[in-house]
Amino acid sequence: MAQADELTIRATSDTLLRAQAARKQASAAQFVRWMLLFAGGVIMVMPLAYMISTSLKWPWEVYEIGLIPQEPTLENYTYVLEDGRFFGWFVNSLVIATITTLSALFFDSLVGYTLCKFQFRGRYIVFIAILSTLMIPTEMLVIPWYMMSQSFGWLDSYWGIMFPGLMTAFGVFLMKQFFETVPDDFLEAARIDGLNEFQIWWQVAMPMVKPALAALAIFIFLGNWTAFLWPLIVTTSPDLYTLPVGLASFGDEADVAWELIMTGAAISTLPTLIFFLIFQRFIIRGVVMAGLKG
Amino acid sequence: MPTDTTPTGSQTPGRGGLYARLSVAQKRTVWAWGFLAVPILFYVVIRFYPTGNAMVLSFQEWNLLGDRTWAGLDNYRTLVADPVFWQVFRNTFAYLLLGTPISLVISFVIAYHLDQVRFLHGTIRALYFLPFMTSAVAMAWVWRWFYQDVPIGLFNNMLASVGIPQISFLRSTTNALPAILAPAIWAGLGFQIIIFMAGLRAIPRSFYEAAKIDGVSSWTVLWEITLPLLRPTIVFIVVLSSIGFLRIFDHVFNMTSADPGGPLNSTKPLVLMIYQTAFSSYDMGYAAAQTVVLFVILLVVSLIQLRLLRDR
Repeated sequence: MAQADELTIRATSDTLLRAQAARKQASAAQFVRWMLLFAGGVIMVMPLAYMISTSLKWPWEVYEIGLIPQEPTLENYTYVLEDGRFFGWFVNSLVIATITTLSALFFDSLVGYTLCKFQFRGRYIVFIAILSTLMIPTEMLVIPWYMMSQSFGWLDSYWGIMFPGLMTAFGVFLMKQFFETVPDDFLEAARIDGLNEFQIWWQVAMPMVKPALAALAIFIFLGNWTAFLWPLIVTTSPDLYTLPVGLASFGDEADVAWELIMTGAAISTLPTLIFFLIFQRFIIRGVVMAGLKG
Repeated sequence: MPTDTTPTGSQTPGRGGLYARLSVAQKRTVWAWGFLAVPILFYVVIRFYPTGNAMVLSFQEWNLLGDRTWAGLDNYRTLVADPVFWQVFRNTFAYLLLGTPISLVISFVIAYHLDQVRFLHGTIRALYFLPFMTSAVAMAWVWRWFYQDVPIGLFNNMLASVGIPQISFLRSTTNALPAILAPAIWAGLGFQIIIFMAGLRAIPRSFYEAAKIDGVSSWTVLWEITLPLLRPTIVFIVVLSSIGFLRIFDHVFNMTSADPGGPLNSTKPLVLMIYQTAFSSYDMGYAAAQTVVLFVILLVVSLIQLRLLRDR
């Protein structure tokens, strides 16, 4: 009897020990996994870290491989901003990206809403027609756009840079998906209350898809902020360059120091990076939402 | 309802009296077309007309100043006979065939492990995602600096400090293309990781629990449960990243701007060839023919991928 008890106890402690060992092993594996992931993440941001650190270095230190500047300075930023061009390009990019984003949000959601909530003949054809433009690469359109801009005098103007992006088929598709989640009863109730169709869309439906609008806004703003090919083609005077076009022309000038190029790169990147760090969770949710539904 | 205003678009239904006589359904149809009027105009003028224009132009000859003259298939014939085009064609597919699988595997491996990590999950995710928020042009210049020779470039300085002979990155016809591809892959990883993690989250827990009860190894779970259920996510990422790599331009242009697409055209992708043909040589018809080829490539590659990955 006593022997049997002892056996049971030994067996129990044995399994316990084994389970403990297995858990220890698992947590060790988990620790290694965590360390590797973290190291990978650090490597991922290294290029950004070097860009910022170099923009804070004096010329004598630029080619040292140390990440932390020995004598950090804002001299490069003062120099680049006093030069004035980067400030102008920054303003151009900001204005253009903001207007295009607002326009696309307005029209994409209006069209998405109409195609989702109205029953009329031709609805399907309009939807397919708009969707089919997703298959056409921008590169195919830039030549005709350039010809158009030339004949209408849109070259070298804000309007010329902006007009291709005022509406997006992706946004229409995304917003149409999201308006499906708005119950028709709400719209019907508003209709009975005497709101007209525009008011129903603007005052009732739009507030209900705010998360989708925000997600779309991030994508469109980022796309316009970083756009390069079309602004490069349509602008010729440096005053109208956007940040990417300006940075490219700045980098190509003879004898531009690398620390100044890094400063320019930092100026065109930091706003979106900081924006991301502030609204991180929200942006990632938006990216997933737009990515998966779109 | 006499207070009803007419729609905001151009489809004004005439006087209020006429509008008032319409049935509710008809009124809504009027509103719908009113909402769509400006967008339809936009899509016709800014999307459809230019598409047709580019196709027509590809059969014409035009230097931007004189008249557009018909050239039949000349542009396409020139293209097929142009050795630079075939070089560019190979480069474009090199970007695709290297970039898509490499970024797919890396982003999946990271997402798969990151999904199982709780401690500082959000911080690590942010580290991987940050490069996605950058502009390709700015990052191209940063990486271009990394790739310079001793004593300027960071990579070669690092190699030199541990005594490894330096590598010629952007000046070598064999190394330049992968060197340009690296920042393009790097910047896109964050997006793919986020999408993969969302896909992983969408797999019902019950599948894994059932597998655990059956005592299946985690390797088998990965191949028999996780990957098959992730197929839609994989299709989405493959198609999207393929389109991105086939249209690569910003990185190449900015990292080789002294001799765009160089050295010796070894990094030149199709979009850069289009840009130069149109806006350096002003050979608009020839450039339009190249854009039509790009369009066809994008279409065929996407359709093949959808077929291959969706069925089976």
